Amino acid sequence: MKTSRLWAWIVFALGALYFIIPLLATFEFSLRIRRDGYTFDAYASVFSDPKFHQTFGYSIVVGICTIVVGILVIVPAAYYVRLKMPALRPIIEFISLLPLIIPAIILVYGYIRLYSSSSWLPLTNSAMGTNILLTLGYVALAMPYMYRAVDTGLRTIDVQTLTEAASILGASQTTIILRVILPNIVVAVLSGAFLTLAIVIGEFTIASLLNRPAFGPYMQNIGANRAYEPAALAVISFLITWAAMGAIQLLARFAPKTAKP
Amino acid sequence: MAEANTLSDKALGPALAGPATASSGGPFAFLKSIEIGAVLGIAPFVIFAVMFLLLPTMFLIGAAFVGPDGSFTFQNILDLGTPQIVASFWISIRVSVASAVLGVLVGLFIALAVIRGRLPSSVRSAAFTFSGVASQFAGIPLAFAFLSTLGRLGLLTVLLKFVGIDIYRAGFNLLSFWGLTLTYLYFQIPLMILIIAPAIDGLKREWGEAASTLGASNWQFWRYVGLPVLWPNLLGTLSLLFANAFGAIATAYALTGSSLNIVPILLYAQIRGDVLHNPGLGAALALGMIVITALANIIYLVVRARAERWLK
Amino acid sequence: MSEPFLRIEKIVKTFKNNTVIHGVDMAFDKGEFISFLGPSGCGKTTILRMIAGFERPTTGSIVVDGKDITDLPPNQRNFGMVFQAYALFPNMNVFDNVAFGLKIAGRSREQIAARVDEMLKLIGLSGFEKRYPFELSGGQQQRVALARALAPSPRMLLLDEPLSALDAKIRVSLRDEIRAVQRALGITTIFVTHDQEEALSMSDRICVLNAGRIEQIGTPFEIYNFPKTRFVASFVGTLNILNAKVADAATGRLLIEGQEIVTARGTNGRATGDALAVALRPEALSLGRANGGSNNLDGTIDEVHFLGAVVRIRVRFKDSAISLDTFNRPHAAPPERGQPITVNFGREDILVLEGPAH
Repeated sequence: MKTSRLWAWIVFALGALYFIIPLLATFEFSLRIRRDGYTFDAYASVFSDPKFHQTFGYSIVVGICTIVVGILVIVPAAYYVRLKMPALRPIIEFISLLPLIIPAIILVYGYIRLYSSSSWLPLTNSAMGTNILLTLGYVALAMPYMYRAVDTGLRTIDVQTLTEAASILGASQTTIILRVILPNIVVAVLSGAFLTLAIVIGEFTIASLLNRPAFGPYMQNIGANRAYEPAALAVISFLITWAAMGAIQLLARFAPKTAKP
Repeated sequence: MAEANTLSDKALGPALAGPATASSGGPFAFLKSIEIGAVLGIAPFVIFAVMFLLLPTMFLIGAAFVGPDGSFTFQNILDLGTPQIVASFWISIRVSVASAVLGVLVGLFIALAVIRGRLPSSVRSAAFTFSGVASQFAGIPLAFAFLSTLGRLGLLTVLLKFVGIDIYRAGFNLLSFWGLTLTYLYFQIPLMILIIAPAIDGLKREWGEAASTLGASNWQFWRYVGLPVLWPNLLGTLSLLFANAFGAIATAYALTGSSLNIVPILLYAQIRGDVLHNPGLGAALALGMIVITALANIIYLVVRARAERWLK
Repeated sequence: MSEPFLRIEKIVKTFKNNTVIHGVDMAFDKGEFISFLGPSGCGKTTILRMIAGFERPTTGSIVVDGKDITDLPPNQRNFGMVFQAYALFPNMNVFDNVAFGLKIAGRSREQIAARVDEMLKLIGLSGFEKRYPFELSGGQQQRVALARALAPSPRMLLLDEPLSALDAKIRVSLRDEIRAVQRALGITTIFVTHDQEEALSMSDRICVLNAGRIEQIGTPFEIYNFPKTRFVASFVGTLNILNAKVADAATGRLLIEGQEIVTARGTNGRATGDALAVALRPEALSLGRANGGSNNLDGTIDEVHFLGAVVRIRVRFKDSAISLDTFNRPHAAPPERGQPITVNFGREDILVLEGPAH
């Protein structure tokens, strides 16, 4: 049916236009800073701003901490649930999806009320305490993705069978985790990690309400005060997101394929 | 199924079960055989979830029922009925519904075109990769992008003016309800594409062929078989997209500031500067948000579970 | 002979420089049950899909009941089709599935109800109207699929490996049901399968295909007993194939491994001195020397498999070997490896195959 293929092309082309035009427009806008022609001066302005480096660096560090904490919290849980306590799986999965139901703004509001100066765990009293709170908030935001990535990785390699095979061959529990399981889920974990990084770098709500010098609030500030630099920032941000997703796709090629039909 | 595409997995939720594991004696029989190692392994997760997910939320829910003097009261809930707050919820709901409905429709057409339109497979993988990226490209950068496109000085605005069409004169304004909806679509449509793709893939080729041998035209196939089979997934995704839009704030904040007073922005202002002069009311706002997003997500999960059963 | 109901003329199909069907001609009569038999990839499903209208032949034509339907879209051909994966519409119950074709054709409510009732009785599933596909077993789903295909009274029934996804027992019983229904309705049927037992037991005629070409078309009796080519001989049943040389074409004398035998079936156009392939059915062979016009071949027993009622003996000649089955005889001395043995068979039992010798 030739006509249906024509319609498909038209729909796809229109969709592509909707998505590509804003990207092109943003790029074009970012070049317009000088009245007389296109330059990359907006980018130069951004890159020479010390605040840019400070906040970007801050967000990267927070991102890495989020990833580390996330791995420490999620990987053992996913592993033991799959292996020893399958009955708990629905509950754990539901918990891992809670952050999708509870918007970030609610979470941070809860943190502020619960862990403020007058509470039993006054995290917001100090800068370091608030940093910790921020990191933990990001762990919560990234949890659905991280848990799903790790769980899928464990499912693909059939953790149960691998553990049994390894223990029949004489390996201790620690050896099993370190030398059999971990190497095989590295790819899945890295996928989750890149996604987490993408989320953390662009995040605004929690960082802003906790008054932390992160990249999100910085962008918002620039947006309120400058005209052309925001466009440059948007392009940079999009490229970072694209790079993170691209890394995930690349990792997918190295993922262990399941042998089960 | 693309195992590494965690974004589509995100939306599949607990309805997507892993390999079946035999459990005997119900959830409490296992208590007899718990190892200490397993408990230690799960502990950080549970502690984290309790302290940084459940407690804050429940605290807020509780705080909604606390008056300014510290006593238990329903007044805060009742105060949600003030015109300003009702208007806020109303506009939030409208934006969320608009972006969800349009997101579902446009996303469905694009997904159908890419998957069933006999386009080359490179088109399909390009569309999915891009959808993965675009569904995460929300918040402030997205607002900047649309300002650069359809703002007063945006590229598209200028180009259209060049051709003789002045959209701002005609009444369009990016910093408005429809402008925000249009911007939200940038991450709603890709999300729809990613979620509905497995369902469209699940439409077996043989169904179309069988319908054809029984005399049905293409349109009749979609009307009697294709769309009815997709329908639960469409509804469920509509719900998910609604929840997604309802809880979003960064994009709106960067785009419209406080001029479009959606609930998250109202809550933000309240947290920042106590504009409502009543922390209990702020908590009630939060409670209202939680109820709405939770409801939408529950609808999504229930509808998905039923659809799975059908397509066994 | 009246005009054939279905005629396929010089069909060629290429996918991207790859020719899958190399010029195929067939003709079938109304009411016939035809099987397309062949290994995976031989093209049998491709030809069926071209008949149904899902693929277009690159060149050639398909004529049904005197009309050329090559360019007709599938929804206008009025053929019923049953798929390997049942393909029942999951959002409809049994009644709606079976009624689908009738609804599209615009029949009235009463007509539809009556016809669906009739169909369900035919397949033995009356009372299942309200069930949904996911509540049915594989065999039940396939029967509903059959009823759905037959409800609009199609001109021809096409079945694409309909039994391959089912358990062995169900396969056999469903086989008989399909044939019974087909006979009752007298509908021309094409049945695609890779299972030779299905094809042999169900068909009026079998079309054996290999690598996009027709190897042979004939009745089950013909295909099994008189295979024309080496492929048909080895695909259908278990045949012994030996290399031989024509000693004297006029009298049908052949040399197998230096031993002379006579065939009453002619040398199929081969001249004296030609090499060719001959075939022997295991049931045509007997142990021991037989006189009075039978053929005898001397060899050594290579292997003896005791299978219970049947004893399968492998007899080795100089360069080749054959298998023969003989009944278990508890009161005779059992055959042993290394024993010299003579094998005999009638002059009509040796078949000369077309195609080159190996």
